Amino acid sequence: MAKDEYKEFRLVGTRPDRPDGLDKVTGRARYGADIAAPGMLWAAVVRSPHAHARIVRIDTSKAEALPGVKAVITRADFPEGLTGEAWNMQENTMAGERALYDGHAVAAVAAISALIAQDAARLVEVEYEILPHVTDVDEAIKPDAPVIRAGAADATVPEGMPPNVVRYMEFGHGDLDAGFAAADLVMEKTYKTEATHQGYIEPHACLGQLGSDGKGEMWVCTQGHWYIRKMCTDVLGLDPAQLRVTPSEIGGGFGGKTTIFMEPLSLALSRKAGGRPVKVVMSRAEVLRATGPTASASMDVKIGMKKDGTMTAGKVVFRMQGGAFPGAPVDMALYCAFAAYKVPALHHEGFDVLANRPRAAAYRAPGSPMAAYAVESLVDEMCKELNLDPIDTRLKNAVRDGDQSSYGPKFGSIGLVEVLEAMKAHPNLQAPLGPNQGRGVASGFWFNHGGDTSVSMAISEDGTAQVSIGTPDIGGLRASIALMTAETLGIAYDDVRVNVVETGALGVNEPTHGSRATFASGKAAVIAARQAITEMCRRAAAEWGIDAEAVEWVDGAAQPAGPNAGKFPPMTIKEIAAKMSSTGGPIAGHHESVPDGVGASFGAHVVDVEVDPETGRTTILRYLVVQDAGRAIHPSYVEGQYQGGAAQGIGWALNEGYIYGDDGRLQNPVFLDYRVPVASDLPMIDTVIVEVPNPGHPYGVRGVGETGITPPLPAIANAIHAATGARLRSLPMNPPSVLAAIKALG
Amino acid sequence: MSKVHVTTTVNGDTVEFLTDPRETLLDCLRDKLGMTGSKEGCGTGDCGACSVMLDGVLVSSCLVLGVEAEGKTVDTIEGMAKGNDLHPLQRKFVEHAALQCGFCTPGFLVASKALLDQNPDPTEEEVRYWLAGNLCRCTGYDKIVRAVLDAAAELRGEAA
Amino acid sequence: MSVTVHLWSGLRRLTDGAETVEVEATTIGEMLDALVVAHPGLGPLIEAGVSVTVDGEMKPSRHHAIGPENEIYLMQRLRGG
Repeated sequence: MAKDEYKEFRLVGTRPDRPDGLDKVTGRARYGADIAAPGMLWAAVVRSPHAHARIVRIDTSKAEALPGVKAVITRADFPEGLTGEAWNMQENTMAGERALYDGHAVAAVAAISALIAQDAARLVEVEYEILPHVTDVDEAIKPDAPVIRAGAADATVPEGMPPNVVRYMEFGHGDLDAGFAAADLVMEKTYKTEATHQGYIEPHACLGQLGSDGKGEMWVCTQGHWYIRKMCTDVLGLDPAQLRVTPSEIGGGFGGKTTIFMEPLSLALSRKAGGRPVKVVMSRAEVLRATGPTASASMDVKIGMKKDGTMTAGKVVFRMQGGAFPGAPVDMALYCAFAAYKVPALHHEGFDVLANRPRAAAYRAPGSPMAAYAVESLVDEMCKELNLDPIDTRLKNAVRDGDQSSYGPKFGSIGLVEVLEAMKAHPNLQAPLGPNQGRGVASGFWFNHGGDTSVSMAISEDGTAQVSIGTPDIGGLRASIALMTAETLGIAYDDVRVNVVETGALGVNEPTHGSRATFASGKAAVIAARQAITEMCRRAAAEWGIDAEAVEWVDGAAQPAGPNAGKFPPMTIKEIAAKMSSTGGPIAGHHESVPDGVGASFGAHVVDVEVDPETGRTTILRYLVVQDAGRAIHPSYVEGQYQGGAAQGIGWALNEGYIYGDDGRLQNPVFLDYRVPVASDLPMIDTVIVEVPNPGHPYGVRGVGETGITPPLPAIANAIHAATGARLRSLPMNPPSVLAAIKALG
Repeated sequence: MSKVHVTTTVNGDTVEFLTDPRETLLDCLRDKLGMTGSKEGCGTGDCGACSVMLDGVLVSSCLVLGVEAEGKTVDTIEGMAKGNDLHPLQRKFVEHAALQCGFCTPGFLVASKALLDQNPDPTEEEVRYWLAGNLCRCTGYDKIVRAVLDAAAELRGEAA
Repeated sequence: MSVTVHLWSGLRRLTDGAETVEVEATTIGEMLDALVVAHPGLGPLIEAGVSVTVDGEMKPSRHHAIGPENEIYLMQRLRGG
């Protein structure tokens, strides 16, 4: 569908109240920890206090003897012989021969109360032999670093690489030497980012039950309950179809709830306790120490630029640690590094490195914020060196429809130029700046994702509709799905009920991740609704005695298509639904696919900061997010994604970061010390929704969830430089580091 | 450890429970009284998701012991609406899309009501500093602050 | 029918130095199978999961038809948050 063929919409683009709003403002909505079951036990987990240690002996006898304790498990209670990713997940769920990071689970207890379980956990005796550890990526990649796991490298790693390198990647195009030779300015710098946590306010929680017959149930806060089902059954050696997983409401995820942590423990404890349901709720310290923060990164960037801003060549080398298992998002970071630029010669090289930290999980556009921090900072450094406007320079090098991307394939329809033009026109660019104030600009990119999707919908007896989706609603998804379904059927928004259903009710769904839910579940819901429309047209045609092809669907009613089809008054959805039992039975639609037509998303941010030269504290004065949404189905929740992404990026830039001591222990596992932005840290966050419709979605949707976290890291670094003259090439840019950088200027 | 009998008033109702002296008021509300609207996000008083009013004072219920509720009055999110009539703050949070995941929302609502009860006409800055004890990771606070200011205007009888 | 597949250059080691590989295939599935036959070293990577783009668009189905006119890239499997 060409861009100008989109019709005016009746509902898409409006801002109705979300269907789950009432439950969520009254405290009725049930999240992971908000449920209890008859006979329920409570769990507590014993965790390693050491970054790296051999587990010599575990004695559970005292814990088992405590009255009220019903089960104690260790790795011995899990099946042996797993390989590959299943083994990785099992090893991360419960340590085997060695504890690999501070917080790694080594045993778990179930008891009749939470307090008894905690008391019993303290009675589990674990004897450790402490081993040398490493937590910094640049230390971990050294040839003589402590080896986290021999033989963990996959086929991409050539012979002779350091022992903790487990994946290697390299790609590019063009003549790099010629590109750098053609430049008027070549600069090369190194940037570092620290690991951050998604920081969802709801700690992980689940209620699991597993009988000796291998049948089980689970209630869990997750972005994707089919992933939970597959991972738990892989780790425990069960049949996936026998585990029924129901998603609770979810208190934030941002990628961190796309995998398992303590969920298999609830099932293993339940089985050992005679099938009694077991509730596991993590504390905040457990969340920070032992779930899945993002990777930390060390990145070399080299760029060649002509005096007019034309980029001639670029080269990046990224080193990332994602904890004690493979999976740092170095591949995606490389793909994103130069995605916003058309450069004749590029080379990318990346290393996934093991270290004694918790296993990284996805975090909003995994890899992209780090890459942007490095590349967008250096572009800014070069613009300042050459006295160039940062937006015009980005426009000059911007990728457009059909351009070859930095990672290989050609771009389809994209909106980077439209985003940059909209940014240039925004009044924030004209705001005057005072002393110690500066403005920074950066752009960002995310691919977006399709993924396994299964949706069903049915027409009720009164012509209203229900839609069953398998992607949990984290930020207004039910509203978007209801809008698109109602738009398609030609009925009212309030006449659609959207249910997020359990694994027993649909085919496999990937999680709400990759900015895919509104795109993929939405596209499937529209296709399912169109199936129902086809059936309703067929029923009307049969009533009228004409061909089904001679009936069309207009404004929620079947009507003859043109004068030759016959003269009949429109038959409304209510009339068709009222008679459905006597015209062939229930009317429904469903769609299962891995949708193609995913539309990539670009965004750009402008931030004004003021830096206190006495303390080094950075205050955000003004913040603008401009991003291509393709089509905003519910603009309020699109704005919310932009604002939330920006706020997380601001936290990553200015304050957040994992702090490990020399002993390899995490030193800031509480919100007081792992400081996420609070209301008084931020101004209003201005947004501009650019709409360059995605031709791959019936209503033009691009994913919007992830791109927004990418530009803040470099935009703020660039603004701090503009305000102070100091360039911060390491995150976080907290007051001590900014102050030190200012002092170093002399 | 022997348990303590506690009698207290929650949202106007007299309730009783037995509690281990180590259990927090939040634990008692959630696990003994079935009032799961108040959430635990941190257990250390940093996130505000467990905000309740204790004898008219805004507290983090994870930092109050269950035994301390003896003879006192507790008001939680479950008591904010009067029957089916939502408090203006609750309505404005939905209208302004001031929640995404909704987990922090009960705490924000309780804390915001405490603010407006004592300061019916707060500035944006006053709202931001008052709510600095409540963490939201989804919204960037923009729509929350707008919802609180709009609810305050409505409560003062001003057109939004 | 012969199709040209662009690999990421780190894979050259596994493909006797080639960064683009020509194989006989009419679908993505046939192409992936033919790649493994021609260069067995690619087997574990393809088994572990890769993404395939055809003319710039991710195509998840092995049954998607391809021909000599298509621009085909093999990429690391993409995920998201």
